[in-house]
Amino acid sequence: MTWLADNWQVVLDLAGRSLYLAGIPLVIGFVVSIPLGWAASRWSRAYPAIITTTGLLYTIPSLALFVIMPIVLGTKILDPVNVIVAMTIYTVALLVRTVADGLNAVPDDIAQAATAMGYKGIRRLFGVELPLAAPVIAAGLRVAAVSNVSIVSIATLIGVSQLGDLLVDGYNRVIWGELITGIVACVLLALALDAAIVLGTRVLTPWLRVPGAKA
Amino acid sequence: MISSILAWFTDPANWQGEDGIPHRTLQHLEYTAMAVLLAAAIAIPLGLWVGHTGRLRWLVSVANSVRAVPTLGLLLAASLWLGPMIQSDLAFTIPSILVLALLAIPPLLAGTYAGIEAVPPAARDAARGVGMTSGQVLRQVEVPNGLPLLMSGVRSAVLQVVATATVAAYIGLGGLGRYLIDGIALGDYPQTAGGAILVAVLAVVLDGVFALVQRRVVSPGLTGGHRVRGRGKDSRSVSVEADRPSTDSRTPVVPA
Repeated sequence: MTWLADNWQVVLDLAGRSLYLAGIPLVIGFVVSIPLGWAASRWSRAYPAIITTTGLLYTIPSLALFVIMPIVLGTKILDPVNVIVAMTIYTVALLVRTVADGLNAVPDDIAQAATAMGYKGIRRLFGVELPLAAPVIAAGLRVAAVSNVSIVSIATLIGVSQLGDLLVDGYNRVIWGELITGIVACVLLALALDAAIVLGTRVLTPWLRVPGAKA
Repeated sequence: MISSILAWFTDPANWQGEDGIPHRTLQHLEYTAMAVLLAAAIAIPLGLWVGHTGRLRWLVSVANSVRAVPTLGLLLAASLWLGPMIQSDLAFTIPSILVLALLAIPPLLAGTYAGIEAVPPAARDAARGVGMTSGQVLRQVEVPNGLPLLMSGVRSAVLQVVATATVAAYIGLGGLGRYLIDGIALGDYPQTAGGAILVAVLAVVLDGVFALVQRRVVSPGLTGGHRVRGRGKDSRSVSVEADRPSTDSRTPVVPA
């Protein structure tokens, strides 16, 4: 506790970086996953191709992916962009499948009713199908958010600064207060992101809270 | 950059001895096997029991919430805490294996539980109706029906352990992670990248092997290899990665 009292500014600063490194990929990954997931749900031939490719990328261990990024991107080894791109890849890998499955789970009669009412193409996707798939997609986003925060802490090992620094520094100098603070801060950040997504979903899906309504 | 990585791979010195690629790969596989088997010995019976009896379901949620804890933090804390208690060379290995096993428990538990839970109640009732005992229902109906999800749990657990074992090289574990951690410490990028490529290949190959095992052990009646009349487009296989996003474990998806 005394360690935290003396160093809370450092902790806040590092938490900000963790939030940036885990959060930005979450936003980019979400935006990229919508068209990809939509394509996978729309064309049944694209589904296995897209899901297999993203599944394969998801298989690559994080430390390895961080280290391989400079070869692929031509960036410097210490560049935080490596971490952002790697985390975006993981986010997309997780979300594409959720988006595709969420869209697939929209009942056919609803899609047909929407078409009959004049909703076509993109308007049907954004006006009817995506909102209905929102709870499923939000569940995927929550998993991605929590795992992103945990994975980002590993970036300390490649020299990209964030909350993981507290873990490694606390370990190397045997400062338990620092190590525990790092773990707790990571968990709190993950829970905060998770709560933000839950709250966002509640705001975006008011119809789910009508008494007696079911998704 | 690429040519120096190639040079690292083709250097015969990197293929021999304690530090060689074959030995490091084997070590990595050993740690993975130990951790996953240890975790499976705990998580699979527990998951079967929770799924079969419907009791203590909160265990699954508790195990899942462990995922918010950063794996690096767990490894470092375990090493700092347990390391000094162990006198031999195993001071580096035992804490790592324990943490790896701990991390493999949530996907295994969730996969096993979800698999059993997702068995159609009608199938369970029919099995009881023809006079099966509770144990027979579990062994002959619930386990075969739950296998796709159980296997997905195994695959997630294996990937999690392979990835974390790499990071555990930081606290002195052997395996392929050594190339990455030592390479970074020495500023030797070819070695670091070579190690990263090896780890990535190992993970992809292992997952592929388990995908094949999954295909072999899962009954064709479940995978859609044998079409069931009247189920229409839903006759695709039911297999959801246990820890991957899906609120409803019964959402039909094609295995990755």
